[in-house]
Amino acid sequence: MTASVTAGGKPRSAIPVLRVGDTLLVTVQIELHDAVADAFQEDLLVTIEKTGARGLIIDITGLDMVDSYVARVLADTGRMARLMGTDTVLVGMRPEVAATLVRMGYGMEGVRTALNVDEGLGLLHTLQG
Amino acid sequence: MTTQVMAQRELQIRCEDDIVLVRQAVRVMAQQLGFDAFATAAVTTAASELARNVWTHAGGGSALLEEIRLAGRRGVRMHFRDQGPGIADLGRALAGGFSTARSLGLGLSGSKRLVDEFNVESTVGKGTVVVVAKWARFSSTTG
Repeated sequence: MTASVTAGGKPRSAIPVLRVGDTLLVTVQIELHDAVADAFQEDLLVTIEKTGARGLIIDITGLDMVDSYVARVLADTGRMARLMGTDTVLVGMRPEVAATLVRMGYGMEGVRTALNVDEGLGLLHTLQG
Repeated sequence: MTTQVMAQRELQIRCEDDIVLVRQAVRVMAQQLGFDAFATAAVTTAASELARNVWTHAGGGSALLEEIRLAGRRGVRMHFRDQGPGIADLGRALAGGFSTARSLGLGLSGSKRLVDEFNVESTVGKGTVVVVAKWARFSSTTG
């Protein structure tokens, strides 16, 4: 179950990261499945280090399904960024995704959320005073 | 009245990417049957959890997807089979928060809450079969 990854300094997860001021904006549109998940987290953490970003917004408007695995990947990514000193806000969760996660018993406690990117940026500014 | 099987499709779960294929097939089936966004997300997520269980706990198995009909209602039924180690304490596994593998331990208990019918049979040393069904909400425009 091991996959060898040739990094070569190039992003491996193919999930675009946009820099807006001192905030990174990540838009997850592809299926964040197993092989991609670790690379996604690692690429993101390296980008945080390189850019010195103080905030991270993860936009999941494009995901119509978030299972417990993907939910954990997203929550863990926020925890990892937090350890580095960067606040994370998860934005754009669709109604059916929110309903499904809570019904499964996974409310993603401890994860900061906002309705959309604008609200997320506002929340980050409040947090960072 | 018995449940009629209108169509079926079997998918093998031999690698992690197969989990994605299973849930994509389930999503298409649910949409074709007129499931709304909530029911589609629920059944697709349940499929993902159960397919992942097959992969994580048994190293592989199969998913049989069926389009079913009963008294004018349409639904999706899914059979997940593996020949893995089986589940010794089914009660505890269904209560949730229980897992030996790298997951949240929500696979069985979580998917149970997302479907209308749920049945699991497991024999230690032989394997596990999980059968779940989800019905489209009754609507005059479908069926």
